[in-house]
Amino acid sequence: MARDIKELKNIAKRMRCHIIQMIGRAGSGHPGGSLSSVELLTALYFSELRINPKKPNWPERDRFVLSKGHAAPALYAALAMRGFFPVQELLTLRQLGSRLQGHPERDVKIGIEVSTGSLGHGFSQAVGIALAGKIDKKKYKVYVLLGDGECDEGIVWEAAMFASKYKLDNLIAIVDRNHFQLSGSTKSVMPLSPLAKKWGSFDWKVFEINGHNLNQILSTLEKAKKVKGKPVVIIANTVKGKGVSFMENTYEWHGKAPKGELLEKALEELGCK
Amino acid sequence: MQVEPESMRVAYGTTLAELGANHKDIVVLDADLSCSTQTQRFGDKFPNRFFNVGIAEQNMADVSAGLSIAGKIVFMSSFAVFLSRAYEQIRNAIAIQNLNVKIVATHGGISVGPDGGSHQMLEDFNLMRGLPNMKVFVPADARETAALTKALVNINGPCYMRVSRMSVLPIYSKKFKFDPFKADVLKRGKDVSLFASGLMVKEAMEAADMLKKEGINAEVINVHCLKPIDSKTLLNSARKTGAVVTSEEHSIYGGLGSATAEILAEHYPVPMIRIGVKDKFGQSGKPEELFKFYGLTAKDIYKAAKKVLKRKEGKK
Repeated sequence: MARDIKELKNIAKRMRCHIIQMIGRAGSGHPGGSLSSVELLTALYFSELRINPKKPNWPERDRFVLSKGHAAPALYAALAMRGFFPVQELLTLRQLGSRLQGHPERDVKIGIEVSTGSLGHGFSQAVGIALAGKIDKKKYKVYVLLGDGECDEGIVWEAAMFASKYKLDNLIAIVDRNHFQLSGSTKSVMPLSPLAKKWGSFDWKVFEINGHNLNQILSTLEKAKKVKGKPVVIIANTVKGKGVSFMENTYEWHGKAPKGELLEKALEELGCK
Repeated sequence: MQVEPESMRVAYGTTLAELGANHKDIVVLDADLSCSTQTQRFGDKFPNRFFNVGIAEQNMADVSAGLSIAGKIVFMSSFAVFLSRAYEQIRNAIAIQNLNVKIVATHGGISVGPDGGSHQMLEDFNLMRGLPNMKVFVPADARETAALTKALVNINGPCYMRVSRMSVLPIYSKKFKFDPFKADVLKRGKDVSLFASGLMVKEAMEAADMLKKEGINAEVINVHCLKPIDSKTLLNSARKTGAVVTSEEHSIYGGLGSATAEILAEHYPVPMIRIGVKDKFGQSGKPEELFKFYGLTAKDIYKAAKKVLKRKEGKK
């Protein structure tokens, strides 16, 4: 599904608008970490993943797992825009009975492969799916997006050891390195640096990129797919709240919905008007 | 003929290894305890479908979930107490997605013995019964362990089965009728109902013999499935006898005793006593010493039956 960068940039822009509109309508949600992951999801859903919204159960499809489940609005926007369900449904986010729960609930029909929300679980389950792919000699790849704060969880490192032990080169992890978590900067809450070295020392092939640069994301994914004998992690440096001036580089908009004037301002800055 | 104790763990491991031949989609995970849990027997036969995750129960639970999402039937094993470390994984990955993961816990209860309180799980039924989608089983001997292991393969969704470390004398003959979801009436009686699970089934049978000597006919029911519990069989028995004693190698909170109390209170309240560990942790000792210390013997059940019968008569 080759699209040029201009088109992808436009998709990313519209994805940001959906995110803010959804969270604004819901009155709650996590804008900061949704906005930071937009280019990564754009690259995955509109270029990288071998998926077919018309055949969501296709056994050979690539799998994507959103381990940082609180970025659900970004995932839902990507899935709707990619044709898994109507875009209007996005506005049901967080409502009773909606398929678009506050955090993703597994529903393969609409492209949600794994239930997540509690941190660390999505990554470890992605490792399990990759292992099954190896057992069954399948060609599909498993992509999983983690938050950087999520790397505080011990299970992440249990799973990281496991994935390199079993040489899961069908697994590509991406860390949305936006440097903030709920209660502060990652540096102040729990220092992760040197994050690339940590992953490398767990015998993962590590790439470090600018997570908002679509060219770089796409070319790195190409390289990642060619790695043999070990799992790959892409540390994608991003800006929390990217695109909305007052949400950028702060933890304050980790889990808060913009209302009234601020909502209008956010939509205006993103060019949604 | 001398009857020898049989290992529930060996029965589990052997049966699993047999099942592996016909069920190519079975995958087994263990957290560095496969020699104790006996899953190594599967690993020896099917090394490509056996994974030692290291001492990392949380990752074992979520990798099991991922394997199940990708279509596998997963058995994951460790000691009961260490599996509770992965409770949130069992909740938020396995149970919430209703995945086909069979959690088989060995070394349940105080019968673990000398290793002491840190290794004696007495709260697992409480934890597991609380989870939607989860089915909870506890076999009474090695033969029932084998039957349950086979049954687990055909039950869709998450299951928890607890077996013991110590070998036990068989309750069942080599061939017996078995329904995983039906409580098994081992002995018919009309005076008092003894509901028991796991290793306490043998004690309940002995208690029934002691009562018999005094002309009291106890009904003994092996409740090997704690969830969904066979309330029909239990209520029928309670209606008939009007007095109930539950016994289990578990805390009196949240296991068979609690489940029975819930059913009786809602449908047919009768005098009832729970035999179990009374809000305590275990400690080192020989299993038989510990059973005595914590009040989990045939004699304790016998005494409770006499007491509950008095209450029943007082009611009349």
